[in-house]
Amino acid sequence: MVTAMLLGPAAAWLVVFLVLPFIAIIVFSFGERAPEGGYQPAFTLAQFANLGARAAAFANTLTLAPIGALACLLVAYPVAYYLAVKADPRHRMLLVSLVVVPFWTSMLVRTYAWMYLLGGRGIPHLLDLVGFSDVRLLNTPGAVLLGIVYGYLPLMILPIYVSLEKLDRRLLEASADLGAHPFSTFFGITVPLSLPGVMTGIALVTILLLGEYLIPQLLGGGKVFFIGNALVDLFLQSRNWPFGSAIAVTLVAVVVMVLLIAMRIAWRVAGTRQVDLM
Amino acid sequence: MGSAARDDIEFRSVTKAYGAVTAVRNISLNVPKGAFLALLGPSGCGKTTCLRMIGGFEQPTSGEVLIAGSGMNGVPPYRRPVNMVFQHYALFPHFNVEQNVAYGLRQMRPRIPAQEIKRRVGEALEMVRLGGFANRRIHEMSGGQQQRVALARALVNRPSVLLLDEPLAALDKKLRSAMQIELQTLQRELGITFVLVTHDQEEALSMADLVCVMSGGAIKQLGAPQDVYDRPADLFVADFVGKTNHIQATLEADGRTLRLPDGSALDVGAERNIGAGETTLAIRPEAIRLTPGGEPRGEGFAGTVTHRIFLGSSVEYSVSVPALGDFLVTADRSTDEGQLVEPGQSVRLGFDPAAAHLFPASHAAQPEGNTHGQQT
Ligand SMILES: Nc1ncnc2c1ncn2[C@@H]1O[C@H](COP(=O)(O)OP(=O)(O)OP(=O)(O)O)[C@@H](O)[C@H]1O
Ligand SMILES: [Mg+2]
Repeated sequence: MVTAMLLGPAAAWLVVFLVLPFIAIIVFSFGERAPEGGYQPAFTLAQFANLGARAAAFANTLTLAPIGALACLLVAYPVAYYLAVKADPRHRMLLVSLVVVPFWTSMLVRTYAWMYLLGGRGIPHLLDLVGFSDVRLLNTPGAVLLGIVYGYLPLMILPIYVSLEKLDRRLLEASADLGAHPFSTFFGITVPLSLPGVMTGIALVTILLLGEYLIPQLLGGGKVFFIGNALVDLFLQSRNWPFGSAIAVTLVAVVVMVLLIAMRIAWRVAGTRQVDLM
Repeated sequence: MGSAARDDIEFRSVTKAYGAVTAVRNISLNVPKGAFLALLGPSGCGKTTCLRMIGGFEQPTSGEVLIAGSGMNGVPPYRRPVNMVFQHYALFPHFNVEQNVAYGLRQMRPRIPAQEIKRRVGEALEMVRLGGFANRRIHEMSGGQQQRVALARALVNRPSVLLLDEPLAALDKKLRSAMQIELQTLQRELGITFVLVTHDQEEALSMADLVCVMSGGAIKQLGAPQDVYDRPADLFVADFVGKTNHIQATLEADGRTLRLPDGSALDVGAERNIGAGETTLAIRPEAIRLTPGGEPRGEGFAGTVTHRIFLGSSVEYSVSVPALGDFLVTADRSTDEGQLVEPGQSVRLGFDPAAAHLFPASHAAQPEGNTHGQQT
């Protein structure tokens, strides 16, 4: 009874702001575009049949989001490891906040900065001076990837840092005591025991990337197009709500599938059911 | 000193400082092959630090630790022929029991065939009576079972030295005494040198054949359990190992007459090898005879029983003696004719002076560490 009362507000909030809109999106996705734009009731699979028209956005998102998350991971793990294990405990909090502080300025501003750096008057200009002319950085998948790693790094570092931080140092000593080279200790003990943090980071970054809109827009130009961009376009520009809804529903289905698979893998590797993804 | 090869562990003037804190000061120690050494001392006296220097987790600030005759300065833990049972076991949570025990064997180069690993792990689990538990997860094991997994995980590698840091501290009393016997039996059978850290003096006395009493980072006494108990080197050891009663007194110039605070004189039997002057007499509770009824002129000291603690096979009495203070007396039930003395009753206390130990008063008792008094 008390539990029900405590959970009540949260449940109501979820229903109003998450479940209801999601049902609306599902309903929309089976409808038709009204002549003047928006939604008009119908029951048709035409929107889903038309998904192919945005195949490029799907392809870009579904390749660059996981690749971006992996690239983030490769950069974040050593940083998190250094912060949690190697750094002097007295400076640890300062270093961790240095990781977070850039997050306090607007993502838009920071991405604009990269746009300038990668654009004609930025790095390519410098390269031109030393003899490499006509290097194109902006509006390439590489630029989008760079923006992703830069923008999402703290989200990957923090959960890994947390799981490495609470890793029992005596386990590492026990491993060394049993004859394991530091290398084997790292891959046999440290990495598996930090997997919950790694999985949380990957899930967090991947899910947010699937809806990413700003980075492809600014650093990818019109060329590297994400699902997020397609949605903005369909809902705000061409006002084709049913088609946008169908894309959104498909995206959610893909995310859920990715999550389920990720959890399976995490359970298998960590050998326990106590992997919390979120 | 002696031939290094017969000693499994040797400390040569080892000092370990953590910044301003000196955890271990200038310790020299030899542990013969196959010995069961107990490092005994109050909290913070440097026991764990000594053990960690043998394991390679800490490097001495000065001096050197030798294992089986070779110097270990700069040798990392994974290249030392020792294994450790950690205080809270430090079992790997993501492995099951079998994988935990196999971990050390898997690290060996040249590689050991999987078949052989499986066999040796099985044997090790049998040895600690966990035969049916190979596939259990660690968090499904009780404290005592985890303790035995930790033991099997260390012993399966056949180290020349096994280090144990308070391995039984987390177990209940009954399980603890069962494990004490098991550990002792295992040590005898395997012939491996054991170094056990404990702050439980009973555990040290009952299990080890060599007890090293430490205080304030220094060794106070090293010897067989019986020696340490019967012939404590100083007041600290007398107090820390077993229970002791003290009488502050003055030793006269003849070296055998003790002037007690109540004015009486006590002949301590033979001449003692300490200077005249302020002296502390230490006497074990079980060395004191307690006789009911207190005629004031009888032999020994007259006193009044203030407390009685019934322990089953023995009884502990607190007896207040005017001018001398409180005494703790242990009476063995098998010799007291079943007669319990009631609190409030008058009694007489007597002891054989030969059973008493005399220490110069400058060795003032500081049982909680920090005694910097020189060793006798
Ligand atoms: N890593 C460290 N940094 C600073 N001081 C330390 C460190 N480890 C131990 N010390 C200090 O060294 C002294 C000895 O510590 P040690 O752990 O060896 O004691 P111990 O005899 O094992 O005590 P206990 O019975 O409480 O485990 C203590 O004063 C302790 O505070
Ligand atoms: Mg300790």
